[in-house]
Amino acid sequence: MRIIIPIKQVPETSNVKMDPETGTMVREGVESIINPLDLYSIELGIRLKEQYGGEIIVVSMGPPKAQEALREAIAMGCDDAVLLTDRFFAGADTFATSYTLTKAMEKLKPFDLIICGERATDGDTAQVGPGLAALLGLPLSTFTSRIELEDGCIKATRLIEGGYEVLSLPTPALVTVVKEISDPRLPTLRGKQKAKKLEIKKWTAQDMEADTAKTGLKGSPTRVVKTFNPKVAREGKLIEVKDEKTLAQAVDEIISLLKEKAAI
Amino acid sequence: MKEIWIYAEVREDRVNEVAYELLTRALDLKGKLEDSIISAVLMGRNIPDADKQELIKRGADRVYYVDNPLLKDFVVEPYSKVLIELINRYKPEIIIAPATTQGRTLMPYTAVRLQTGLTADCTGLDIDEAGNLLQTRPAIGGNVMATIRTSTRPQMATVRPHSTRPAPIDESREGEVIEVDVSLTEEDAPVKKLEYLKDKTQVVTVQDADIVVSGGRGIGRADNFKIVYRLAELLGGAVGASRDVVDRGWITYPHQVGLSGKTVNPKVYIALGISGSIQHLAGMQTSETIIAINKDPDAQIFRVSDLGIVGDLHEVVPVLIERLEALKNEI
Ligand SMILES: Cc1cc2nc3c(=O)[nH]c(=O)nc-3n(C[C@H](O)[C@H](O)[C@H](O)COP(=O)(O)OP(=O)(O)OC[C@H]3O[C@@H](n4cnc5c(N)ncnc54)[C@H](O)[C@@H]3O)c2cc1C
Ligand SMILES: Nc1ncnc2c1ncn2[C@@H]1O[C@H](COP(=O)(O)O)[C@@H](O)[C@H]1O
Repeated sequence: MRIIIPIKQVPETSNVKMDPETGTMVREGVESIINPLDLYSIELGIRLKEQYGGEIIVVSMGPPKAQEALREAIAMGCDDAVLLTDRFFAGADTFATSYTLTKAMEKLKPFDLIICGERATDGDTAQVGPGLAALLGLPLSTFTSRIELEDGCIKATRLIEGGYEVLSLPTPALVTVVKEISDPRLPTLRGKQKAKKLEIKKWTAQDMEADTAKTGLKGSPTRVVKTFNPKVAREGKLIEVKDEKTLAQAVDEIISLLKEKAAI
Repeated sequence: MKEIWIYAEVREDRVNEVAYELLTRALDLKGKLEDSIISAVLMGRNIPDADKQELIKRGADRVYYVDNPLLKDFVVEPYSKVLIELINRYKPEIIIAPATTQGRTLMPYTAVRLQTGLTADCTGLDIDEAGNLLQTRPAIGGNVMATIRTSTRPQMATVRPHSTRPAPIDESREGEVIEVDVSLTEEDAPVKKLEYLKDKTQVVTVQDADIVVSGGRGIGRADNFKIVYRLAELLGGAVGASRDVVDRGWITYPHQVGLSGKTVNPKVYIALGISGSIQHLAGMQTSETIIAINKDPDAQIFRVSDLGIVGDLHEVVPVLIERLEALKNEI
């Protein structure tokens, strides 16, 4: 199987501190990491390769620094990497990203499967995977929690509201995956050595014959016009349970709040 | 005349309530956008007439209905084909869909084919002086809010479920149901739905519930989840969980709330023994009301809580359950 995995480099936000005065995120010293939800797609790819053979190519659109993410994917067990980097790609929204990645996928044809993460933790849109499938005309399964190969088809189980549904997709296809699909492995020593040595291909708009009117900020139909801090209009009432009396009081408060919110 | 469209999501052959929340949004936008009407787009197979009428009674001026055996279950390819045909025919100004698994699949697939912009998971919608749609959404795990404008048409957005109330029924409202014929062939539906497996551990799913009771590591062990279930049951809510307890195998992944799980937005979120890590908060901090029980007075969860109980959940929850049971018996 030839598998393509688009991955994104994002700011590491798990140790993010909030500035208590302004309520904004303290960005200084924030590291860049592979989008944590892309680790599940990488792991799925590696398992499929272990089972069926083949190769995995990771692709990322981003600044030159994003090659760190690609190297990490190689260290986990992917085979080859392509970095889409060009000043024309900067500031892309999900449309421009889907378009740019599509041009790369066309260059990487033929392939059997594209695996995307459910969403990237910075933008949080979950739009690039479906966008890519639409532009490439590939059968799509989103929120996929399990896949099996059967008679040249992909049997994909999707996690949806209320349960799971099972789809059958002809190949080549595109799936976006949720955390349940796999448990990501750590990079191996051999993988790390390979990652260090690997020459990462770098493609520009020109290399992919991409129309720069559709890439980057210029090609993005959406624009952020304002950002602000969310209002945290919480009452923030605290009750400490120390004895029977405060316990009863705490429970009373919960019940009266539930009643007020018409929950009971 | 400008059309504001809502995508009326269907599940198991019925219009889902989330469509009525979109009508609340659309009614608000209609009031701000001159010379506009609201149309609901409905596709499926043998959808009851009562559901179409209900869309009208709750605010739609028109319902575009497409009936086809290939639309019996939601599969993105034929659904998107139909939606694109409708859009090309009627040229709506704005299209909003719920940020459910359906909406978040159909809308991005459709938007790129139309070469138009799409904003994900909005919690606020407005119209500016020039008549453009302003789309506000949480970003970076809910730590920042961003307002987004789209330069192309239609302007498309998905809207976070439960971020507004369903529009009420007004029996006096009138509107038109327009059956639209769109031809579909097997080739338009390359993907087949094989089966649907209902999750029996979830009477209500976390994303759909008005009340979510979540348990974290403070629950202590898998078996103790039964008090979380009992509390959720008494409140008619769903059971959620932190990632920590999912990874420990105390409960399954569909219950996980947060960055790598589900985003929920209920009326009331009750966090039991959850520390309130930034990744957990990302999935629940827009809930209308948050109640937390945690024995650590410095727990982060208290920073987003309306009511925080500093105490041992194993002492507090059983008393709470007893009281709720007593209340139930009174009725
Ligand atoms: C990339 C990434 C993605 C992640 N995604 C998610 C996600 O989607 N969802 C998520 O939840 N987490 C996520 N996490 C994990 C997150 O960082 C935390 O580790 C996790 O949320 C902690 O779960 P917890 O609050 O249950 O456990 P803990 O942090 O261990 O907190 C347990 C709390 O219980 C309290 N407690 C203990 N005993 C009692 C008692 N008897 N009575 C009352 N209180 C008690 C303690 O004081 C403590 O505050 C993610 C992490 C990363 C790096
Ligand atoms: N810049 C990018 N480069 C490569 N892949 C990306 C990029 N942005 C998004 N993706 C892919 O699309 C998925 C969803 O991202 P998003 O739609 O931004 O939430 C990610 O998990 C990646 O698989």
